[in-house]
Amino acid sequence: MPTLTEEQVALPQLDNAEIARYSRHLILPEVGLEGQQKLKAAKVLCVGSGGLGAPMLFYLAAAGVGTIGLVDFDVVDESNLQRQIIHSTADVGRPKIDSAADKIKALNPHVNIVKHETMLTSANALEIIKDYDIVADGTDNFPTRYLVNDACVLSGNKPNAYASIFRFEGQASVFATEDGPCYRCLYPEPPPPGLVPSCAEGGVLGILPGLLGVIQATEVIKLILGKGEPLIGRLVLVDSLNMKFRELKLRKNPDCPVCGTHPTVTKLIDYQQFCGIVPEQKPAPMQNGIPQITPVDLKRRLDAGEDVFVLDVREPHEYQIVNIGAPLIPLGDLPNRLGELDANREIVIHCKTGGRSQRAAEFLQKSGFKNVANLAGGITAWATDIDPKLPKY
Amino acid sequence: MKIFIPTPLRVYVDKQDAVQVEAGTVGQALNALTTQHPDLKKHLYSDEGKLRAFVNVYLNDEDVRYLPEKEATTVTDADSLSIIPSIAGGC
Repeated sequence: MPTLTEEQVALPQLDNAEIARYSRHLILPEVGLEGQQKLKAAKVLCVGSGGLGAPMLFYLAAAGVGTIGLVDFDVVDESNLQRQIIHSTADVGRPKIDSAADKIKALNPHVNIVKHETMLTSANALEIIKDYDIVADGTDNFPTRYLVNDACVLSGNKPNAYASIFRFEGQASVFATEDGPCYRCLYPEPPPPGLVPSCAEGGVLGILPGLLGVIQATEVIKLILGKGEPLIGRLVLVDSLNMKFRELKLRKNPDCPVCGTHPTVTKLIDYQQFCGIVPEQKPAPMQNGIPQITPVDLKRRLDAGEDVFVLDVREPHEYQIVNIGAPLIPLGDLPNRLGELDANREIVIHCKTGGRSQRAAEFLQKSGFKNVANLAGGITAWATDIDPKLPKY
Repeated sequence: MKIFIPTPLRVYVDKQDAVQVEAGTVGQALNALTTQHPDLKKHLYSDEGKLRAFVNVYLNDEDVRYLPEKEATTVTDADSLSIIPSIAGGC
């Protein structure tokens, strides 16, 4: 087997300190010296060092993956610490990439860390990915999910260890291998913006990204070692609330626009546009026919004694955390509780960040309310601009 | 048969994680589900009545799109349907 011989020649040696460090791997027949050398030779790109990225990075570093690339442009926020265990309280305000790199180095100085302090985009993705063997997608939005998938396929089928999470549920798979399905085979199109809430809007159980990120790390290690049954063509569903793991079969779609037999996506596209996201224009005075009012303007008008009815459309448990005294009708209850609202008054609607209240305003307008406006940025913007004593969640 | 409802859609089915329906085929089961819970319909189907591209329906562990008879596939009480929407969170 000439390839094996070549590989053996090319694999890096372990020094005595590494042999001591990795001894529990070395005595596992499935890893052994050669497997550990493969780990040392491997180059893995982690896109995102947030909830999924944090546990993944820790375990990949501990396991002795030789080169770990990090893509992140965000800074550590207090609200990240409930789940992004690679960042500490002292790191709040620091770039995540620096915080993560420090922790990896402290855990395992043998790891070579490559920092890509940038947002992954159609312009840089292929250039960044080309230096790596495997990609692990720990991002948090649809445009980047499709970007990572397409970039992996177009880079000559770089395996993508994938996971995503929502509240108590997660999904994991390995996409974009030569014979396996890709993310687009499973989901040819993204949902319209706003339909599936983000973690920031929908919440997430802190340990859930831990479960899923560790599944991703496990798949990365297995792919490097070439051992076991990789999660190719299978989707694992994790329900942490009932602690149930289920598995579904995934098939490579011959008509897949990127990995099918007659692809129509042959280079990276505009993924924001693909996901229906309109570039943010600030300040947008109108959105979909709904006037957008800033917290400063609303405060000024309320202080001037103008007759403005402020309505909160968040959920009761969010109201408990913080409110500005506005009556509460959760978005989902609005259709049944229209009778409680006065169609003759001006209504300004708010939620946490402005997404749900926009939908509520559009709904009220369709239901015949003529004078509705949306509080841009929601109670979060109110806390920033008007009342810094209010907690942000 | 049992239809598993994913977290993002539970709000449209009185917060249940599964709904029990009587049906002879996959199509009938989905029809029974959206008849019982009409709010769910627009989240599963486009205005033209097609299953939305970001929603997958599985009969046991098989994607209905890849079954030879697709939504006309016959089902028994022992089978289960799962609705699998795309989620993107990772933060």
